[in-house]
Amino acid sequence: MEPFTTHTGVGVPLRRSNVDTDQIIPAVYLKRVTRTGFEDGLFAAWRNDPDFVLNKPEYAAGSVLVAGPDFGTGSSREHAVWALQNHGFRVVVSSRFADIFRGNSGKAGLLAAQVDEKVVQRLWDHLEAHPGSVVTVDLESRTVRAGEGADAIEDSFDIDDYTRWRLLEGLDDIGITLGHEDVVTAFEAARPSWKPVTA
Amino acid sequence: MGKTLAEKVWDEHVVRSAPGEPDLLYIDLHLLHEVTSPQAFDGLRLAGRRVRRPDLTLATEDHNVPTVDWDKPIADPVSRLQVETLRKNAAEFGVRLHPLGDVEQGIVHVVGPQLGLTQPGMTIVCGDSHTSTHGAFGAIAFGIGTSEVEHVLATQTLMQARPRTMAVTIDGSLPPGVTAKDLVLTLIAHTGTGGGQGYIVEYRGQAIEELSMEGRMTVCNMSIEWGAKAGMIAPDQKTFDYIEGKPEAPRGADWDAAVAHWKTLVTDDDAVFDAEIVLDAAEMTPFVTWGTNPGQGVPLGAAVPAPDSFEDTDDQVAARNALTYMGLEAGTPMRDIRVDTVFVGSCTNGRIEDLRLAAEILQGHRVADGTRLLVVPGSVRVRLQAEAEGLHQVFTDAGAEWRGAGCSMCLGMNPDQLAPGERSASTSNRNFEGRQGKGGRTHLVSVPVAAATAVRGTLSSPADLQPAHTEA
Ligand code: SF4
Repeated sequence: MEPFTTHTGVGVPLRRSNVDTDQIIPAVYLKRVTRTGFEDGLFAAWRNDPDFVLNKPEYAAGSVLVAGPDFGTGSSREHAVWALQNHGFRVVVSSRFADIFRGNSGKAGLLAAQVDEKVVQRLWDHLEAHPGSVVTVDLESRTVRAGEGADAIEDSFDIDDYTRWRLLEGLDDIGITLGHEDVVTAFEAARPSWKPVTA
Repeated sequence: MGKTLAEKVWDEHVVRSAPGEPDLLYIDLHLLHEVTSPQAFDGLRLAGRRVRRPDLTLATEDHNVPTVDWDKPIADPVSRLQVETLRKNAAEFGVRLHPLGDVEQGIVHVVGPQLGLTQPGMTIVCGDSHTSTHGAFGAIAFGIGTSEVEHVLATQTLMQARPRTMAVTIDGSLPPGVTAKDLVLTLIAHTGTGGGQGYIVEYRGQAIEELSMEGRMTVCNMSIEWGAKAGMIAPDQKTFDYIEGKPEAPRGADWDAAVAHWKTLVTDDDAVFDAEIVLDAAEMTPFVTWGTNPGQGVPLGAAVPAPDSFEDTDDQVAARNALTYMGLEAGTPMRDIRVDTVFVGSCTNGRIEDLRLAAEILQGHRVADGTRLLVVPGSVRVRLQAEAEGLHQVFTDAGAEWRGAGCSMCLGMNPDQLAPGERSASTSNRNFEGRQGKGGRTHLVSVPVAAATAVRGTLSSPADLQPAHTEA
C-alpha cells in the first residue's frame, strides 16, 4: 500500500446523511472479480440526476468527499471503498462512519476522517460557495483545512492511532500478522477438540 | 468485577494483545460466498500465500444464484463468472463448497446454523454484514470487508479493536401475533441507524428468552441495521437443543464437554455494560417501515409521518428525501398503502419457521389480484423440509411463486428484482433506495404482515383478514 501523509484535492460536498453502501455502489455492480473498474457504479442511482454534485464539472476531479453522518452504513461490501478510490477519492470526511466501512477504508488505504458535525457544515457551505476549491487533509497532524483568510476552516479530525500509523507507513496487515505466526500456532494447539471443523 | 458474555468470548480468542494495537483475534469459523471473496483469493495468489485453515472455512453460493432453473447454467454471464470464480478458488485452495444444486446450498447465514457449525462461544466472520445472525447462539459474529477476508484466509485471525458492550433488555412478553421482526424494527426506530455503533450488543430479558432460535436469529441478524458491530444472545437449553444432532454438532464426550463450557457463557451478575437500553415487549405491535433506511418505521396502525414532525433537521431532510423516493404522502395510513410484490425470504426471515408461519396465514386464502407473492426458502434444506410438510402446496394454491434457495429479491443480484417504482412488502432487512432493484420501493415487514399483505394487496396484519375458506 502507498503511504498516506497529506493530501490536497478538490472537495465534493455531499449533503446527505445515512449514505449507505447500496447507494455508494448498488449490488448489480458488484459482480466483477477484480478490485478495479467500480467507478462506473459509484452513486449509480444519483448519477442520473443532472443536479447531482458529482455531475457538475467543477467537482468532477474531486478527491475529498465531505458527507453527512452515518456514512457507509449497511452492507459490508469493500467495493464501496474501491468505487470511491477508483473514481479518484483519497479521503472521506464525515461526522460519523459505520464501523465496517471505516475498517474497510483503513485496509484499502482510503482515509476516513471523522470531524465534528459543525466542521462538515462549514465545509459544505464553503465548497458550495466556491465550487472546485480544495481541501487539505494532513494525516500527520490530523487536521483538515480549507479556504483562506478570515473564512479559513481548520480543525482536527479523529482516526485511531493504529490505523493512522499503518496508513502513514503504508503497511500491509497480513504481513504484520504473519510476523506473529508462532503465537497463532501456539494458540491453535490449545483450542478445545470439540470445536467444529468443516473438513 | 465480572465479565459480560461478549467479553468472555472475546477474551477466549485473543491470540495477542499489545498496548496501542488492536487485539489479534482467533477466528473459529470463516464463511465465504461468491461476491466478497474473489479479490481476497487473488490477493493470496499474488503473494504466494495459502489458506491457513481450510478446515475452518466453508463456502456457499447465494447472492447471485437464480431461484428458478437452478439446474441450468446461470444465464447472466457476469453472475456466472463470479460463481465459477468461487468454484475455482475453492478447488484450488481446498475449501469446502456447497454449490448450486447441492443439498446444503443456501444463504450463508442459514447454512451455518443448520449444519450445526454455528455454536456458542465461537468467533465467526464472513464478508457479509449479516453475519451478526450467528450471534443468536452466543457467538461473536460479524461482517468483514474483502481485505479482512484475505487476512482471515491467510492467518485465521483478525486485527480488531476491542468493542464496547451494550445490553438491550426487552422486558415482558410479545403480544400474540407480534414477532421477533417487529421487535427489532421497533428497536431500530428507537435507536436510529447509528445507535449501536461501536458496540457488541447483548439482547436479553424475558421477551428474548421466550423467542425461538429462529426468532433470535432474526433479531441478531438486524443488529447491523442499527450500527452494532455484533449482536448476541446468551446460550440456554433452547440453544443446546437446537444444535444437538445437527450434522457438525459435537457428539458423545465432546458434546458433554462443549455443553459444560457453553453453560459458562452468560454475563456475570456483577458485570458492567458500557451502555444499556430497556424496552417493553408488551407495548410492541406489528411494525413496518415507510422510508429508505430501517430506522424509518412506525406501527402498522400509524400513518406516514410528516417530515416536520422530526426534531433533528438532518432527520427532516432524510424524511423528505425518503417520502419523495417512496412516492408517499405524509398522513397516509400505512394500511392504505398498495403493494405490488410481497417477498418472503432472506437470512432475516427465510427459515423453516418463517415459512410455516406464512403458510398458516395463507392457508385457504388467495393472493390479491395485481399483487405477486414470492416465497424463497433460505436454503435447499429449508425448501426440502417445507415440501415435506406440504407448505409449498399452500403457497402455490394461494397463487404464490415457490422458488429455489438464495438471497434473491433481498438485494436483486439475480433476476428477482423490483421494476422502477414498484412497491414491495419484504421480510428482508434493508429498505435502502434501489436495494431490491433500481427505483424499487421497499417496506420492511414481519412474516405475518407479509402474508396478510399478499392476501389484501395493501399493508395488513393477519387480524385484517376475513376468516379463510377452510376445506372440509
Ligand atoms: S439474504 Fe440478503 S441480507 Fe442476507 S446474506 Fe443474502 S443478500 Fe445479504
